[in-house]
Amino acid sequence: MREIEVKIRDTIKQLFYERKIDIFIGYNKGSLPLRSTPCFVTELSDIENLIWNSYCYTNLAVYLPRFFPSQSKGKAFPRVGILAKGCDARSLVGLIKEKQVPRENIYILGVICDGIIDLEKIQDTDIVDSKERNDKIIITYKNGKEAEIKKGDLLTDACVNCHYTTPTLYDTLIIGKENQKLKTKKQVPVIDQFENKSIQERWEYFQEQMSKCIRCYACRQACPNCYCKECFAEQTKPKWIGNTNNISDIMFYQIGRIFHQAGRCVDCGACVRACPMGIDLRIFTYKLVKDTKEFFGYEAGLTIEELPPLATFKLEDQQEFITEP
Amino acid sequence: MHDINFEPKIVAFLCNWCSYAGADLAGVSRIQYSPNIRIIRVPCSGRINPFYVIKTLQSGVDGVLVSGCHPGDCHYISGNLFARRKFTLLKNFLEYIGIEPQRVQFAWVSASEGGRFAQIIEKIVSEIRNIGPNKKLVKY
Repeated sequence: MREIEVKIRDTIKQLFYERKIDIFIGYNKGSLPLRSTPCFVTELSDIENLIWNSYCYTNLAVYLPRFFPSQSKGKAFPRVGILAKGCDARSLVGLIKEKQVPRENIYILGVICDGIIDLEKIQDTDIVDSKERNDKIIITYKNGKEAEIKKGDLLTDACVNCHYTTPTLYDTLIIGKENQKLKTKKQVPVIDQFENKSIQERWEYFQEQMSKCIRCYACRQACPNCYCKECFAEQTKPKWIGNTNNISDIMFYQIGRIFHQAGRCVDCGACVRACPMGIDLRIFTYKLVKDTKEFFGYEAGLTIEELPPLATFKLEDQQEFITEP
Repeated sequence: MHDINFEPKIVAFLCNWCSYAGADLAGVSRIQYSPNIRIIRVPCSGRINPFYVIKTLQSGVDGVLVSGCHPGDCHYISGNLFARRKFTLLKNFLEYIGIEPQRVQFAWVSASEGGRFAQIIEKIVSEIRNIGPNKKLVKY
């Protein structure tokens, strides 16, 4: 039993005793090794099953908007507790800012996170169990053999690049023996190499990645920012795109979804993890994150008070892109 | 090399108060410029949803121009200032994924700039004639 898991469970039990929350959203052990699953705790007895480890990859903020529908028909909103790692907390800040979630109805249990394992980087057939010890992952295979790998080599790309390991918004911050000494990492260049390629090369890569898309919309379902009741992809008035596998429709959908994240994407990586076809989405979503920082000096998910960058303007905004005769 | 008879088709979204009036002035003043643009009049450049630009490219046109009032002169005070931010991100993103930057262009044209409007159109048409017809993003 890890000390930090004990602390989390005790804090949640206390919240229920003090009647501060009606429901808590956390992680349970998944049915397969190296997996976790989100769980919604309403009974004290369920608290024992909550976990916190390097496989808690789901962005739990995606579950919040549905608790606060705009037409609540007179019913009071529930009080929801949520376990938030760094990226989840930034998504939450975005949701509160866009008024999808009322701040006073949620209780954020912040956890300092040192990264989530990328399951693509582990060859995970034949694995029966895994354990964590300090900064190493010990994997047990079906034939009984064990392998010890440094956790730093297995992190998702989004985690390698993260410099907000401490949640930017929380009501209680959980600090256990395991995460006391986490340092903020320095930034790793993500897309500089891609930007230096020729236009034709970039287009070919974009087309190659997008041709894998099967329009399952898993990326949209996993993203906390995609809370629209009717997505533009399914609108009929006006009909922006067809539901076909035509490459042009796929590209419009992806450009549209990624562009709708302009100024809002916190780079949590949920879309990349959700995609069943392994599309390299991050190389495109990160471009908008980088541009927003560069042109407007804005990073999503830091404070609630800051106005979204596309909802405001400055008279001295750059306009080098304007055509002059 | 591209077909010698290639005539680009360009859709121009012009804001009603400045750019459309500027284009109208060019017409009244009998200024000759390339007849390759199809004009869509919108109340303000801030009305342009970035999806309009992408959908236009999907329908097969060779270029898109969006033109509005100069910053500070918007009829609706700040519509073009919001649009400027949207278009910064849109232009950089489309260029990043591999669409030639000459295909999607933005301009500020005021109601008195008939001659300047014609110059901008000539510039855009000649640039797009050089890079050829649009095949990316077109829905077949």
